[in-house]
Amino acid sequence: MSANLANQERLRIFGLLSPAYLWLTVAIFLPLSAMLYFSFLSDVPFGDADWHHTTKNYQAFFQTKTYATLLWKSIRLGLTVTAVAVLVGFPCAYVLAKTIKGRSREALFLLVILPFWSNSLVRIFSWAIVLRGNGVLELGLNAILPFQVDVNLMFSTPAVVIGLVHSYLPYVILTSYLALQAIDDNLIDAARSMGANKLTILWRVILPLSLPGLLAGAVLIFVPVVGSFMEPRILGGRVGTYYGTVIEDQFVAVFNWPLGAALSFILLAVVLLILAIASPVLKRAQT
Amino acid sequence: MAEVSVNNVTKTFGSLKALDDVTMDFPDGGFFALLGPSGSGKTTLLRAIAGFIFADSGTIRIGDQPVENVPVEKRDIGMMFQNYALFPNMTVSDNVGFGLRVRKVGAAEERRRIGEALDLVQLGQHGDRKPHQLSGGQRQRVALARAIVTNPRVLLLDEPLSALDKALRVDMQFELKRIQREIGITTIFVTHDQEEALTLSDKIGILRDGKMIQAGPPRDVYSNPADLFTATFLGEANILDALAGEGADIKIPHGFPTGGTLAVRPENISISQTEPTANGLSKCQAVLERRVFAGAMATCILQSNGNRIKVISRDQDIPSDVAEGDRLWLTWPVEKTLSVPSGRH
Repeated sequence: MSANLANQERLRIFGLLSPAYLWLTVAIFLPLSAMLYFSFLSDVPFGDADWHHTTKNYQAFFQTKTYATLLWKSIRLGLTVTAVAVLVGFPCAYVLAKTIKGRSREALFLLVILPFWSNSLVRIFSWAIVLRGNGVLELGLNAILPFQVDVNLMFSTPAVVIGLVHSYLPYVILTSYLALQAIDDNLIDAARSMGANKLTILWRVILPLSLPGLLAGAVLIFVPVVGSFMEPRILGGRVGTYYGTVIEDQFVAVFNWPLGAALSFILLAVVLLILAIASPVLKRAQT
Repeated sequence: MAEVSVNNVTKTFGSLKALDDVTMDFPDGGFFALLGPSGSGKTTLLRAIAGFIFADSGTIRIGDQPVENVPVEKRDIGMMFQNYALFPNMTVSDNVGFGLRVRKVGAAEERRRIGEALDLVQLGQHGDRKPHQLSGGQRQRVALARAIVTNPRVLLLDEPLSALDKALRVDMQFELKRIQREIGITTIFVTHDQEEALTLSDKIGILRDGKMIQAGPPRDVYSNPADLFTATFLGEANILDALAGEGADIKIPHGFPTGGTLAVRPENISISQTEPTANGLSKCQAVLERRVFAGAMATCILQSNGNRIKVISRDQDIPSDVAEGDRLWLTWPVEKTLSVPSGRH
């Protein structure tokens, strides 16, 4: 009887899990496996191309310094964008979670989510209009300021960072908001009653308790930014050559899929390595 | 340690008068209860004393210092919250030491005082635990240790015992009282449990709709309620207004206010089967409706002239052959009659 019940329970769990895992298998695991296979080929195995198994795509990464330099550049970009997003997003999440109540909170939330709802290309090109010389930003500043300024951020690293922060800011706001909202207001009152000023409360109570959410948001930003190519290409122009754009070139321009695949898997390995090194720190922060 | 005095404090939230011209003194070293139903303003008053909210008008002093414009973190108070509000990311020791670290007392001094405070609440061995590893009663002790470790001028407790079960609560009441006596700190606590207020405090303040209805020693307030609300909120009271009937002789106490209401507490009424003859007793007849046995005590519900009367007495004091439906005599000493001014209620 009880074994029967346990079987039914197992069947139910299986029934609930299988759609998601089936989807993941079809949509991610299979294409990814195919790409992994490609990365060990000499040429794309389509048409009458002549191809054989090789590891030269992986060797290519180590033969010139260019790839490693670009990867490091991308990681630095990831760190910069993550840092800016955290510095901008966490205070915003704090105010949304702890200060503002009711309808105005909903309205402000809508503004936070808005980037998710707009097409990413549209988003990036609107930034291009804003940031270019004689663009919206320059005209706006000159309308306010008593002196003339030249603002042409287009095709520069700051432009890339601004575009990426805009795209990924909602992640850090949403994850931090959830963590902050779970903090009992009485804890803050208790800390105040013991004489703690705002900075002490932030440092010793709020930050440690919301760190899991903050870190989750940071990881969600860091990983895609390291591999990003669209924002660097459109907003960065000539300085916008990053590891992600090189990979994109292999697939779109050069049609060297095996090299692109190999570079992608090296990126994946490096990101996993970074997360693995960081995970003891993350774990300790959560307890 | 310091006395606290609240004078003519008013606080409105929107159109709601949370505190309406509240005045109460809390002498140095005493144990005080703020009692009232929910929404009466008792927690608002406590938070105004703590400094979480600022009164619209009126004055609050702690010791000699007017504190109306002093924020909570500068008021040097200790506070315990209903859900204890222990920092889940810190050990018991770090929780208790939080206020000391803020005050930068130095590591050695910090350790010594944390140890002392934990010993005082009998948790000396639990310093390294995290709050989630403790029982409800233990968490409550940690919260108490944390609130007193900085030697604050006043200890404020917001329904400190309401999350505990009955048996533990009674234990903790004595414990709280013991510790308060030991360190002699002025303590103000908010409760909606009238028994708790009567048991623990030297003085209670009864609040209702933001007004301080009555403040005084528990015994005074209990035996001389300022109005009908207090009489029925603090313990139970039988209202005697419409009592009459055959043989009834209800004596009105000396100095009874005109237009007042007569009441008597259930435990002050005695039951007898024959008409009592002694002088100085009020008496009336009533029909026994229900007798509820509860160990040492018994509760009787009686009807007299359409009034419901409740009597609580020792079971052995009620004649054993009394049956439901019997016509009995109720008596009570005149001086136990509550004369309740009815104008304010």
